[in-house]
Amino acid sequence: MEFFERFAIPHPSPAIYASMVAIALVTIGIIAGLTYFKKWGYLWREWLTTVDHKKIGIMYLISALLMLFRGGVDAIMMRAQLSVPDAELLDAQHYNEIFTTHGVVMIIFMAMPFIFAFMNLLVPLQIGARDVAFPRLNALSFWLFFAGAMLFNISFVIGGSPDAGWTSYFPLAGNDFSQHVGTNYYMIAIQISGIGSLMTGINMCTTILKMRAPGMTLMKMPMFTWSAFIANLIIVFAFPVLTVALLMGTTDRLFATNFFTSDNGGMDMLWANFFWIWGHPEVYILILPAFGLYSEIIPTFSRRNLYGYKPMVWSMVLISFLSFLVWTHHFFTMGQGALTNSIFSITTMAIAVPTGVKIFNWLFTMYKGKIRFTVPMLYSVAFIPLFTVGGVTGVMLAMSAADYQYHNTMFLVAHFHNTIIPGVVFAMLAGLTYYWPKFFGFMLNEKIGKWAFWSLTIGFVLAFFPMYITGLDGQARRMYTYSEATGFGPLNMVSFIGAAIMAIGFVLILWNVFYSFKNSSREIGSDPWDARSLEWATHTPIPEYNFARLPHVNSSEAFWDAKMNGHQLFRGEYEEIHMPSSSGVPFIMGMIFFVAGFSFVFSLWIPAVIALLGIFFCMALRSFEKDDGYHISVEEIKETERKLGGAK
Amino acid sequence: MKELFPAKQVMGFVASLVLTLIALLVVFTDMSYTAGMTILLVTAFIQATLQLVVFMHAGETEDGWAIYSNILFGIVIVVLSVLGTLLILLWDM
Ligand code: HEM
Ligand SMILES: [Cu+2]
Repeated sequence: MEFFERFAIPHPSPAIYASMVAIALVTIGIIAGLTYFKKWGYLWREWLTTVDHKKIGIMYLISALLMLFRGGVDAIMMRAQLSVPDAELLDAQHYNEIFTTHGVVMIIFMAMPFIFAFMNLLVPLQIGARDVAFPRLNALSFWLFFAGAMLFNISFVIGGSPDAGWTSYFPLAGNDFSQHVGTNYYMIAIQISGIGSLMTGINMCTTILKMRAPGMTLMKMPMFTWSAFIANLIIVFAFPVLTVALLMGTTDRLFATNFFTSDNGGMDMLWANFFWIWGHPEVYILILPAFGLYSEIIPTFSRRNLYGYKPMVWSMVLISFLSFLVWTHHFFTMGQGALTNSIFSITTMAIAVPTGVKIFNWLFTMYKGKIRFTVPMLYSVAFIPLFTVGGVTGVMLAMSAADYQYHNTMFLVAHFHNTIIPGVVFAMLAGLTYYWPKFFGFMLNEKIGKWAFWSLTIGFVLAFFPMYITGLDGQARRMYTYSEATGFGPLNMVSFIGAAIMAIGFVLILWNVFYSFKNSSREIGSDPWDARSLEWATHTPIPEYNFARLPHVNSSEAFWDAKMNGHQLFRGEYEEIHMPSSSGVPFIMGMIFFVAGFSFVFSLWIPAVIALLGIFFCMALRSFEKDDGYHISVEEIKETERKLGGAK
Repeated sequence: MKELFPAKQVMGFVASLVLTLIALLVVFTDMSYTAGMTILLVTAFIQATLQLVVFMHAGETEDGWAIYSNILFGIVIVVLSVLGTLLILLWDM
């Protein structure tokens, strides 16, 4: 019995017990359903073992949407607790756990897989390639992310959730102040999925540098691919810092090292320093692909080519560099001198300049364009003013002297949601609507989409703009309640209403998927939006080899040129196509990583060592495996192309 | 025959062994902290370059510039992060 006590939740509540039952029921339901409909084989062959970038992209997409739901429930609970003064819906400990998991889930397990989904779906198609450079590594990346996400998500029913904030500052996150295993989950789950992200970074950089179609020089790449390239470059340089910091944090907690302790020669502030050396580049890892999506959508629906291609590229290169030089702005109040703070104030303000360049380029793209206000375009148009507000408040926060007033208040919370929601989330939803027909063969309903858009926009403004005011009035972040005398009550109620309207918006999006699946036409052709770049040049549904013949590219909008100016995209004879074969090893490795992670969380050393050996065994197996993929014959290609309606 | 014998790699292998031995000297002999650190840093950098060029074939393809500019980018960022960290936590605390 003693052995099992460690898995008990230190601070239970009826809601958590209810979730336990719900999780158990859903798991049983899924297993029973798969067995009843005899889908195990299908699941294994088509999804769990796939190395196809399109299917991996779709799995990232589904995971991101699930995590959005999970993080959204956290958000609603927090807003409900704060909606009236002295509320008793959640107690302090639960509130701490919820804001911690909300932050981690949304950044690491929602936004990251969302951008990886689009990178996987789009980059190979946009550069005219058949897959990414290392397809099997790509599958491993996904399964590591998935293992990390699942490990993090079981924390609240087994052993207890982390409660030291998504930033997990030491010494609070150390053993003295966070005794239960929650923070171990934080350290290890993020570690596992972070290794996956690092692999994706390397994979995507290689793909973009090495596998572009004939004629596609770097300066002829579609803008989303450029943004993905820069974001992955930042990943490669920023994630190792997180990996090492998490490892140091883990050894502090599990093996009593003293990297971040306040005595014995430890340096607690070093954690905050490392965290933000990764953390600030991380916010640009998220926003750049979002910018890339807007740069695809805005030209399509303005019927004009992207204004200022070169400045767009150079501003991103500059952002990638500057994003490494501003991290101190997250802890201006930590006690370093005025000289340091001034330096980092200036670098922070400098980063607003290339960002501003991009905003103007989008505006000039729309100027004199024939704008069609479809759902993706609505998100893009709303993004521009809303994101600008977020940027301006960012510059306010960047003034280190003034930041002593704003820091850790609701003003900060408003700032970063103001950049992340209209910036990242809107881009993801716009991209989802825009690319949906390419990957699923039918359009999402415009009318429901517009309702969802307006709910999200209005809900967003109502939920977050009041926080600027209460923040300036001194409402601190991460406080589970406040007294009536503070006067924060009414504005927090407005926030709660806004959050509820946003929740309706998300439900509408799910409803839209369901509704359109049942009602939308399947006769949409391969280019329903009259788009411009290469990903639209292939068939819908996309054949597994993407392009029967590799396209020849002469500009960043090769497909548009082919449609309008008679550019010949596909030339020559069909040739045999070489494809990578599927493999179960990445999935199995992901599961072993999960077991290893779980064992480390609870300091179960024997299973931990066995699992680590298993991981090394899989790696060794890969080195000795002889797998040259397989070939698709010319006849087969011709047959597929004919079925899909005409050769490409 | 000349192409078949990987002279460059064998030399690289020997050189990396020698560099490791020199680094080990720091542990087994009694030298000052500064001297030890200098030896470690110098051998580490030569070692890293060696691995990169000889065994990881950096710069052998025509887009070698991509590899070298990435490395340069990395070095600049690392140096700035380390200097910034020292500034924040030691020099200007
Ligand atoms: C014009 C550009 C921007 C500037 C000048 C800026 C500036 C700042 C500053 C100074 C802070 C720290 C404030 C404090 O702790 O008191 C901050 C926090 C934050 N920013 Fe921004 N920012 C910008 C854009 C963005 C973007 C594009 C994102 C995300 C996509 C973002 C996400 C965040 C997050 C997540 C935090 C808070 C993290 C935390 O403490 O939990 N920011 N920003
Ligand atoms: Cu920042």
